[in-house]
Amino acid sequence: MGNRKTTDGGGSKSGKPWWKRWSRDDTELFLLSLPTLLWFLTFSYLPMFGIIIAFKNYKLQQGGHGFIYNLLHSEWAGFGNFSYFFTSNSFTMLLRNTILYNIAFIIISASVAVGGALMLSSMRNKKGSKVYQTMMFLPYFMSWVVVSYFVYALLTPERGYINGIITSLGGERIMWYQEPKYWPFILIFLNTWKGMGYGMVLYLASITGIDPSLYEAAVMDGATKRQQAKHITLPAIKPVFIMMLILDCGKIFNSDFGLFYQVTGRIPASLYTTVSTFDTYIYNAIQSTAPIGQTAAASFFQAICSCGTILFANWVVSKLDNENRII
Amino acid sequence: MAKEESGQSLNQIKQSTNIVFNIVFLILAVMCVIPLLFVFSISITDEEALRVSGYQLIPAQFSGSAYKFLWNERGMILRAAFMSVLVTILGTIIAIALDTSMGYVVSRRNFKLKKLYTWLIFIPMVFNGGMLASYVVVNNILGLSNTIWALILPLACSSFSVTICRTFFRTTVPDSIIESAKIDGAGQFRIWSQIVMPISKPVIATIGMFAAFGYWNDWFQASLYIQDKNLQTLQSLLNNIQKNIEYIANNPYGGLSLQQYKASMPTESVRMAIAIVIIVPIACTYPFFQKYFISGLTIGSVKE
Repeated sequence: MGNRKTTDGGGSKSGKPWWKRWSRDDTELFLLSLPTLLWFLTFSYLPMFGIIIAFKNYKLQQGGHGFIYNLLHSEWAGFGNFSYFFTSNSFTMLLRNTILYNIAFIIISASVAVGGALMLSSMRNKKGSKVYQTMMFLPYFMSWVVVSYFVYALLTPERGYINGIITSLGGERIMWYQEPKYWPFILIFLNTWKGMGYGMVLYLASITGIDPSLYEAAVMDGATKRQQAKHITLPAIKPVFIMMLILDCGKIFNSDFGLFYQVTGRIPASLYTTVSTFDTYIYNAIQSTAPIGQTAAASFFQAICSCGTILFANWVVSKLDNENRII
Repeated sequence: MAKEESGQSLNQIKQSTNIVFNIVFLILAVMCVIPLLFVFSISITDEEALRVSGYQLIPAQFSGSAYKFLWNERGMILRAAFMSVLVTILGTIIAIALDTSMGYVVSRRNFKLKKLYTWLIFIPMVFNGGMLASYVVVNNILGLSNTIWALILPLACSSFSVTICRTFFRTTVPDSIIESAKIDGAGQFRIWSQIVMPISKPVIATIGMFAAFGYWNDWFQASLYIQDKNLQTLQSLLNNIQKNIEYIANNPYGGLSLQQYKASMPTESVRMAIAIVIIVPIACTYPFFQKYFISGLTIGSVKE
């Protein structure tokens, strides 16, 4: 940093190293940022050293010392914790579930949001469109615990609304919470349902920000509705679309924990292989007596993969279209 | 305005398509709202009627007993509601202070550590230590379990909201105001608290809303760190009831006779009534706030 060329104002002389140019202003700004700086160091950076846990066989040491002491004095495990996780029965299942669900979520949510925004923007009754938007926004503000109550009201086998409808039409009751085959659809539906309003309004905001004279010019030149959408509307929402896509790719190894855990009723055994993801696996491991090193290995693997995918997605975007990369 | 309208009218569709769109959105909108109605109607149905005929949209037999039960148990509900409100208010204030102060500092072009800070804020966006490491930090190293701080601090700040603040300050607060305040002898803390904050209400509202809804809806932190019944929020109360019911369902006769179990568990209508208690404050307020959630993302996505 010492010989960084500076174009800053404030009468700095680029010949001097930065600590000699340090002013009273900098001290004040540093003090102002100190609480947040400490927050980042504690809650964002300290956990990054959690990587050490994954390489240790954590054991409580004699003498009632604190966690860090115990950790540092535990044996090294090499990659033992990782190989345990990679060779466990769950690993491929977790990897498959996490990635496939996320891919389905990304594709479906993005299409619904963009499609919905295009439809909303072209509606004639603006008042009505506002009312629909507000109503569709509601699920976004519900926690998954509350949503799990909604789902319970619909699906609980004996009393639920859906089985009520099925039986009144002469069908057989379905034991929803024990039938894995329905859950991929239920989860994808709920994920779309919860995020739909937000996505549509987000894209709609960038559509309404388009300069209307562009459409006027297009109409003058005889462009059809379809051509207008293709050449004006879609390019205008591209930056937001790509930003959302990169962010979503960064989350491809993560899962919305509440969706998988709460809505399924804490993952009953019958649904275990259908709805488990890395997050539910790690959460259950934290709550259980599983060795902390193995859990840390799973957790760390997930973090590394997330980092890799977000950088990769950004790299792909920067190759295709350098304007829109986010990093 | 006139220009905008002409643009809109050019972009309009045929009447028949408009009707189709209206029907589609009507269905979607109803789908988003109707679960609330389901839950509400269960909460006002008589427990015996639920047992006989299952859930029905229009209750076979009305009963206010669930709400009466909540009223009798208001000690528990009010305590949880108080915790929810306390965590939400305290957390939101702390979040606003942390986000805007850092956002302001990194928005200052002359700050010598600006580059370092920009990286410091950026790295957590792409990499984090994972759920377990965060748990270890809060639980084992800081020892915050079973304190209100375990609910507040881990959610108090984020790279995302700091970036929103930074972008806002950089694009809307003119340097000249800050320079002239400096000439008048104001320190940076005073400039931030008395000059920048009062003219930054939109961004404060945006990040404040994100924080407030995040805290109000949080059950995850509580489920990891809070065992103390006195510290449970409404969300964790709801979560714990469901957890206990599922535990008993999965471990029949786990030390309890069926009679005891029935007596100790809130009835279904009571559980749904608690859900309603959580939903109503949000459902009544979100229409006024939803625009801030969108402006957050649109501000945040503006690049320099």
